[in-house]
Amino acid sequence: MLEIKNVTKIFNGGTVNEKVALSDVSLTLEDGDFVTVIGGNGAGKSTILNMVAGVYPVDAGNIVIDGVDVTRLPEHKRAKYIGRVFQDPMMGTAADMWVEENLAIADRRGKRRGFSWAITKKDKAKYKELLKQLDLGLETRMTSKMGLLSGGQRQAITLLMATLKRPKLLLLDEHTAALDPKTAAKVLEITDRLVKENSLTALMVTHNMKDAIAYGNRLIMMNAGKVILDVKGEEKKNLTIEALLEMFTKASGAEFASDRALLS
Amino acid sequence: MEFFSEFFSYLGGTAPSIAAQGMIWGIMAIGVFITFRILDIADLTVDGSIVTGAAVCIVAFQSGMNIWVAILLATLAGMLCGLVTGLLHTALGIPPILAGILTQQSLWTVNLMLAGSSLSFTFFEQDQLLVVPLEERIGNTDLVLVGLVAVVIAVLYWFFGTELGASLRATGNNPNMSRAQGINTSFAKVLGLVISNGIVALSGALLVQYSNGYNINMGRGAIVIGLAAVVVGEAIVSKISSGFIPRLIGVILGGIIYFLVYQLVLFFDIEANLLKMLSAAIIAVFLGVPYLKKRYGKKKAKKEVKTNA
Repeated sequence: MLEIKNVTKIFNGGTVNEKVALSDVSLTLEDGDFVTVIGGNGAGKSTILNMVAGVYPVDAGNIVIDGVDVTRLPEHKRAKYIGRVFQDPMMGTAADMWVEENLAIADRRGKRRGFSWAITKKDKAKYKELLKQLDLGLETRMTSKMGLLSGGQRQAITLLMATLKRPKLLLLDEHTAALDPKTAAKVLEITDRLVKENSLTALMVTHNMKDAIAYGNRLIMMNAGKVILDVKGEEKKNLTIEALLEMFTKASGAEFASDRALLS
Repeated sequence: MEFFSEFFSYLGGTAPSIAAQGMIWGIMAIGVFITFRILDIADLTVDGSIVTGAAVCIVAFQSGMNIWVAILLATLAGMLCGLVTGLLHTALGIPPILAGILTQQSLWTVNLMLAGSSLSFTFFEQDQLLVVPLEERIGNTDLVLVGLVAVVIAVLYWFFGTELGASLRATGNNPNMSRAQGINTSFAKVLGLVISNGIVALSGALLVQYSNGYNINMGRGAIVIGLAAVVVGEAIVSKISSGFIPRLIGVILGGIIYFLVYQLVLFFDIEANLLKMLSAAIIAVFLGVPYLKKRYGKKKAKKEVKTNA
């Protein structure tokens, strides 16, 4: 479903601040893979998601989604294939627009936007039903401005928006990191349900090792712009945090240097 | 007592012309509203595109065209101005404020080449104009303007209710989210600038008729008047409704209030040049106070949390 072929990304190339964010990374996701991505700060986790989404161009390599080479496509054209949820709850929704308007915008992802009404009665009924399934009481707030909702509510709606038009690929960039633990758990639960119900292919970056082990069918670990570990199937199911840390030390030759990952 | 009766008879006498000028500049302010409030861009093209609208209208009319056709051409010319600013910004990556200034500068030359430094309608031509300040025709002028305002608001209400219009609103509100949802934000910005400057030039085409002629300087400071109308109008209407139509009507009211203040300045024999600074100050206050309120409000909330803990 997704092929990342020898992708390299260097920020501030040729200056003293040169930073190799991704170094010749290759990764293939099968249809229906739910891959969790962990790694310390600056390992390249978010960069790889941004490369796939087309936020910045790659310096070398190719990105292929479902057989289509999207390497040269701008961000808004790749959106046809990709649903995204960001770390910052403010980033995934339009704060001054209503909840139902946000959903309607997401419902037309990948479609030419013309002179039909932005939102129809049929749409509203559909969104109400979907919001009800989130079980956050949001079905009564369809005409609230998005900015009035809490971070957790906004992330839940962003998730809904990302999956409303079934994407070929779902990209989750630490989408629970800015939420309190209880809300984060709820949002993760919704994520898992949406991925399973729609049998989506997903890449989920997380700082939380426990979540990385608990969710998905495959786990990759990144360090210094490279994938240093790729665990699937049975082996992934039997992982523990201790085993993961040990694997990290072995693979990278360094201690896992993120307190946040250990503590959470 | 005598003062008040004189004052009110003065205001009463000038009311129809205050309304007319307010509506003409209110239409212009609706154009500013689209860029400033919907797209979140302060577009300085307008100081030039309003004059281009005026120039195209008078030149087209004096070349023998119907006044409606002349107004339509003026609007299209304004849209072209917006296209230039939009492309400077999106295709060449020039910051929007600078892109607007560059277009505005170029339009000075364009306007001079089109219509010279000034042009007047002849007494005979006035008969065919739509908006004329003459006492016997001012009532009719007001009616025409009310009609035009209604049409502009109706068309914009429809447009911003469509999928395409919603993509413009989303772009102004959150460009990251918009791109993630497949919206071409560059296209949306260009389209918004095109529509906005089309409306601004339409107002220029009305202004040239009302002023009975064109002057290369007639657009100087237009953006300030437009912004003043937007912020004042919003302050009035936001207490009552946050709907799109009320907000646009508020902008028109803002334009009318601007000219009401202008008439007061004239009545009290205050130096009219002070008005420019006054409008600038009004904008600073209306934009600054909500910001300070927000900041001050937040601090207060934090303090409360501390005392609770």
